[in-house]
Amino acid sequence: MNMNYTAEELAFRDEVRAFLDEKLPEDIAAKVKGFRRLSKEDHQRWQKILSEKGWYATHWPEEYGGVKWTPVQKHIWDDESCRYGVPRSIPFGVNMVAPVIIKFGTEEQKQKYLPRILSGEDWWCQGYSEPGAGSDLASLKTRAVREGDHYIVNGQKTWTTLGQHANMIFCLVRTNTEVKAQEGISFLLIDMNTPGITVRPIITLDGEHEVNEVFFEDVKVPVENLVGEEDKGWTYAKYLLTYERTGLAGIGISKAALSHLKELAGRRLKNGRPLIEDPSFSQRIAQVEIDLTAAAISNLRIIASVEGGGVPGAESSMLKVRGTEIRQTINDLARRAIGPYAIPFVEEELDLDYDGEFLSDENAAPLAAQYFNNRKLSIFGGSNEIQKNIVSKMILGL
Amino acid sequence: MDFRLNEEQQMLQDTVARLVRGEYSFEKRLEFSESELGFSEDFWKQLGELGLTAVPFPEELGGFGGGGVEVQSVMTELGRGLCIEPYLQSVVLGGGLISQAGNDAQKEQWLGGIASGEVRAAVGLQEPQSFYDLNNVETRAENSGDGYVLNGRKAVVIGGHCADVLVVSARTSGDTREAGGISLFLVSPDADGVERRTYPTIDGAKGCDLVLNNVKVGTDALLGEEGKAADIIEYQTGRAISGLCGEAVGAMEVACDLTLDYLKQRKQFGVPIGKFQVLQHRMVDMMSELEQARSMAILAASVADEPQSDERRRILAAAKNVIGRAGQFISEKGIQSHGGIGMTWEYNFAHYAKRLVMINHQLGDDDFHLERYAALLQAS
Repeated sequence: MNMNYTAEELAFRDEVRAFLDEKLPEDIAAKVKGFRRLSKEDHQRWQKILSEKGWYATHWPEEYGGVKWTPVQKHIWDDESCRYGVPRSIPFGVNMVAPVIIKFGTEEQKQKYLPRILSGEDWWCQGYSEPGAGSDLASLKTRAVREGDHYIVNGQKTWTTLGQHANMIFCLVRTNTEVKAQEGISFLLIDMNTPGITVRPIITLDGEHEVNEVFFEDVKVPVENLVGEEDKGWTYAKYLLTYERTGLAGIGISKAALSHLKELAGRRLKNGRPLIEDPSFSQRIAQVEIDLTAAAISNLRIIASVEGGGVPGAESSMLKVRGTEIRQTINDLARRAIGPYAIPFVEEELDLDYDGEFLSDENAAPLAAQYFNNRKLSIFGGSNEIQKNIVSKMILGL
Repeated sequence: MDFRLNEEQQMLQDTVARLVRGEYSFEKRLEFSESELGFSEDFWKQLGELGLTAVPFPEELGGFGGGGVEVQSVMTELGRGLCIEPYLQSVVLGGGLISQAGNDAQKEQWLGGIASGEVRAAVGLQEPQSFYDLNNVETRAENSGDGYVLNGRKAVVIGGHCADVLVVSARTSGDTREAGGISLFLVSPDADGVERRTYPTIDGAKGCDLVLNNVKVGTDALLGEEGKAADIIEYQTGRAISGLCGEAVGAMEVACDLTLDYLKQRKQFGVPIGKFQVLQHRMVDMMSELEQARSMAILAASVADEPQSDERRRILAAAKNVIGRAGQFISEKGIQSHGGIGMTWEYNFAHYAKRLVMINHQLGDDDFHLERYAALLQAS
């Protein structure tokens, strides 16, 4: 039983801290910590800094420009980067399509796409969900029909996160309707600038434009953009989802959010005293901090087991449920902490360079919106109910 | 980072597991529980012979100076077997208090026996009005010149009915709720004026309320410095909380296994009830609570024998809060998943459920520890 980092791991943590101290742009960190909007440019600027350091592609083999971090190192990075206010990495290219291309793609695909992901030249988005295929992903209907050297794609994808910035999309499409749902799916890489593709914003309940609908109308996709074999896309999709699930628990983000909440509760007043000293509110904070402590140890236990050669299995699913519930509770408390000032929605205050007078607290404006926005946490990446189905099947054998 | 037990710890746990498997069937437990003593004298002897009662004590007492992890290794298996022997009271708490507070003569007199299992200690720290606050002490110890005279009542002394020595807190000065002024005394259960009101507990063990009526003890009965016991009590209670976490995790493991088995076996509407998603998700929730509890037990063990600090206090309060909630959750949901059979005396699940809920009533429940944790919240 040993819960401490090794000397090498501590040295790595120091290196991470030194790097973030030196290279993380202050304006970006301030936006992240204050829950302000990040622009495409912000993301790209930060990605470039990471790429230059060689720390962008932490899941990739070194031969493709990745860095070989151990599970503990990844954890240290996650912990520190959340604490420092590093923007969340946009996973669709580097952490989702890239591992699939590396494992199942052709040499040409690797040569073509991986460097462009590293350099930031390509911004990928994910074409999985459809209006009729959410948790039941295999029921997707977007059709790809082979005609000579091309597939002709028709259909609609939805919930495409940051698709408005993307120039590439990876899609699950139906290439065979004669077989079982899972067996007729293929994995296609599609250039968003191909004629016939239309991106339409979906505005979420908090007024944000984060997700989109993507329409495909007779879109011609060269056959060399097929990953792996035709009709085997479901296998690749599942492989990708295991990458998606790890880290969805968001322990590092929750720690940062909790610390933000405690700061806030330390300066908001109730009965003339800081809210954090209020008996009922302090107990709410205490309870979520306790639950987060337990989840953080559970997370470390999974990491240590992976480090020891184990495979992260359905335990990640259990932790995804826990972790997202905890994050949502923290968001809930942050919203409660500003009391009636949760009601006004002053959009100007969301911009970092806002120089007017704050209506209440300088960090108040995004809190209610963030609470609503993060209701998504228990829905995306496999809804929490789907995660429970997975645990029930994989661990419990029910 | 490595969360596995080392070889020695694993061997220790396996030893206890084997003993419990061999000696502690559910049917036998019911017999032990209904006996006059309220547990198995024979099993207790074996714990001693195998050196298990000596685990936390130093080598010269036959132990190997086991810390939080080792104590939990024992307690987890005792929890799995739903064992009702007063290990926590005698070895962890009684032995712990005497080890920390005792002078050489007192240690000499008691620790060898406690470590070998030949002597059983029980601790009286709570009182009828104290709820879970161990600084709330009304029992008085008046200095009589050549000793002390104790008057008061100690509440819910588990294992007190069969103890050879009682460690009780009493106030030598100060007001009821003050931390200062609390002292510890070694009291013989046979001393004049000691009345034990013995009762069975809902979870199958035995205990008593201890009424102290002009009980005269010598100065050599004072354990530690006069009036300075509060910190010692808090520290040792922390060690016991860690041990209790182990027991709770063991009991929760079995409770979850039993429920999962039942979901696979029991058929209704022509299918095993585990095919129903409502029950599947509830089972996942139970497992998830167990995982959280395991994590907190590990964390508690890691600080149990560390020097006192706010960080140690926070972790132990957090751990007790988590296992208290998890235990009650698993008990309630487990009974519900079993349906009628979960309500019966003759099926073991119900007994796990009772123990788990009662663990929450020992050494402070989840509300108590939440409040404690909240008071220690660090504004960051």
